Amino acid sequence: MPVLTYRDALNQALREEMARDQDVFLMGEEVGVYQGAYKVSRGLLEEFGPMRVVDTPITELGFAGVGVGAAMAGLRPVIEFMTWNFALLALDQIVNSAAKMLYMSGGQVPMPIVFRGPGGAALMLAAQHSQSFEAWYAHVPGLKVVTPATPADAKGLLKSAIRDDNPVIFIEGEMLYNQKGDVPDGEHIVPLGVADVKRPGKDVTIVAHAKMVAVALKAAEALAKEGVEAEVVDPRTIRPLDLPTILASVRKTNRCVIVEEGWPLAGIGASVVDGIQREAFDDLDAPVLRVTGADVPMPYNRQLEKLAKPDAAKVVAAAKQVLYIS
Amino acid sequence: MEALSPTMEEGRLVAWKKKEGDAVKSGETLAEVETDKAVMELVAREDGVLRKVVLPEGSTVPVGALVAIVGGADEDIESQLGVPAAAAPPPQGVGGRVSAGGTPAKAPVAAATPGAATLATLPPTPSHPTPTPSRVRSSPLARRLAAERGLDLRLVAGTGPAGRVTRRDVEAAGTGPQGRAGLAAAAVAPAAPALGVVAALAAPPGGFRDVPLTTMRRTIARRLAESIGPIPHFFLTSEIEMERAWEARQHLAGLGDATRISFNDLIVKAVALALRQHPAVNASFLDDRIRTYGDVHVGMAVAVEDGLITPVIRNADRKGLLEIAAESKALAERARARRLAPEEYTGATFSVSNLGMFDIDEFTAVINPPEAGILAVGRIAQRAVAVDGQLAVRRTMRVTMSCDHRVVDGATGAKFLQSVKLMLENPLAMLL
Repeated sequence: MPVLTYRDALNQALREEMARDQDVFLMGEEVGVYQGAYKVSRGLLEEFGPMRVVDTPITELGFAGVGVGAAMAGLRPVIEFMTWNFALLALDQIVNSAAKMLYMSGGQVPMPIVFRGPGGAALMLAAQHSQSFEAWYAHVPGLKVVTPATPADAKGLLKSAIRDDNPVIFIEGEMLYNQKGDVPDGEHIVPLGVADVKRPGKDVTIVAHAKMVAVALKAAEALAKEGVEAEVVDPRTIRPLDLPTILASVRKTNRCVIVEEGWPLAGIGASVVDGIQREAFDDLDAPVLRVTGADVPMPYNRQLEKLAKPDAAKVVAAAKQVLYIS
Repeated sequence: MEALSPTMEEGRLVAWKKKEGDAVKSGETLAEVETDKAVMELVAREDGVLRKVVLPEGSTVPVGALVAIVGGADEDIESQLGVPAAAAPPPQGVGGRVSAGGTPAKAPVAAATPGAATLATLPPTPSHPTPTPSRVRSSPLARRLAAERGLDLRLVAGTGPAGRVTRRDVEAAGTGPQGRAGLAAAAVAPAAPALGVVAALAAPPGGFRDVPLTTMRRTIARRLAESIGPIPHFFLTSEIEMERAWEARQHLAGLGDATRISFNDLIVKAVALALRQHPAVNASFLDDRIRTYGDVHVGMAVAVEDGLITPVIRNADRKGLLEIAAESKALAERARARRLAPEEYTGATFSVSNLGMFDIDEFTAVINPPEAGILAVGRIAQRAVAVDGQLAVRRTMRVTMSCDHRVVDGATGAKFLQSVKLMLENPLAMLL
């Protein structure tokens, strides 16, 4: 099986979908001539030309709006934000237009648009460039929210997102672009709304998405050394959430820890806890615990940034707490 | 059937006011229905034709059941006919106005309501037969497991934070008594003890209390069992002065035949009361726990032709001497005639064996498992004793108590025997 970087997996997905469907086009800052701010769109301008790969000025609200209009007119735009932090400027187009257009038009106005870009923290990007936004978008009916953690998931989910007729928020990660992983040959599609058990286990369920999947797997390794087999469940799609897969795991292990990069209040984990306690109450042997980013704007200082992020040690501690072992 | 009042759960169709084939207009009365409050009218919600009357007059059905079908004259109603009777409850908003006009609900009077408002977002919660003991911290899973095993959560030591009972604790506690019977019985038990605080809390009537073994108990059990066979016996003897008991019995006999009791009856009663005062003796050793019982049932050894059987006087502590006398006589007769039912010779929590009638001064008896003790009673004889430094003659009776050392220690057994002695030497004390 070929080994690709996350970046190249996304590149392949874009290439394949643009070749398959003439209506798919990519638009954003530096996507064309510069080959992509993170090189995700390398080679695409050369292959598909300037009508399919469109460089924009620095105006997120503007080009998001152009994308929305294009979708309304029948095209299938992929709008790239250099990071999701900048998309705050485009929030009105994403939430008030893209998310709601199909509903408000009684199903008459299509919105098959994908907004994609890296989200969450990288290294020392500080407060305004490290935020996790999946909770913000997951809140909005009409949007789908996807957070691939591996190259295989990235390729498969981007293809599904582009083919999906709904507006999809596709959140990647700067720190993920260089990650290598197996990506199946040929047409590789991962359906939206389906979670993936990244590591089977029987003693505790760890739910993690995006960059936290690696953290969870590292914690699982550490727990395995102490005889605890953790099961790591990656939702992959945040909205719609595959709660049944998570519940099946919790019913097996009777305890759960949720790891997320975002802030605690009203974070993704809070919704997951709600689902678990509501539907698997009698299977819980302990409260569901969450390991989240610290409730502060991301510090610039390297050491403080480390402390502000979830890490394997924190996940292990939480797992031990729900296992009642010290 | 619509909910014609907020509290209505079912309605009796008193009379149809329209028949099949009649045209109906919205608001017209279709039938009279007797509800929990009054006879009310079921009205048509739409114009149409009464195509089918499903519910005959005089029948009672729950709210939501199909009673009739109103539709267009040529409408195909076959699909509605298969709808089952007691379906989903009508939408919210029904009820309120108790008037002839019926309710403000927009429900069609006909079909059972698959489209009825439901709390669609909440799935049905699995129901578990969990009686919730109050103020026990436990995980939901622990509660469920305890209920499945018939364990009272209050009897399970919790090792989680703030004493929370977790799955591990329930699994360690093993299986409880027969499912819900045991739970119901244990429902009146006092609050659960912390591990180690044993004797102070009584077991509930009709039930029992299990206390997991402490390390000390476990060690004693193991060492003693290894040394002297399955039940490690030890023996306590006591010489009881029976003068006052003798007088009491004579006195009662003098009142008439109806009040004749035997010494054995006195002994059974004294033992029963002493067991109530010393619940640690009213117990059994069960591998990994000691079970104290909430009731006192005294077994009475009776010699039968080729052996011995122990009919049981149940709740002997709560029975008067006459009742004990009558019961023991009847049981003994049935025992000798081999007509004892199993429930009459099982379930004792302690036994008494009396060989006094065979002129035995004293003897040691073997414990009947799973009891923790047995009292061997010798004959009452006039013996030379010292009273205030002088030689005197008194009627005395020697008793020997055999104790299961895994359950009863020397001091515990001794105190129990002391109580028995006190009551037999001062029969009036049994009235206290």
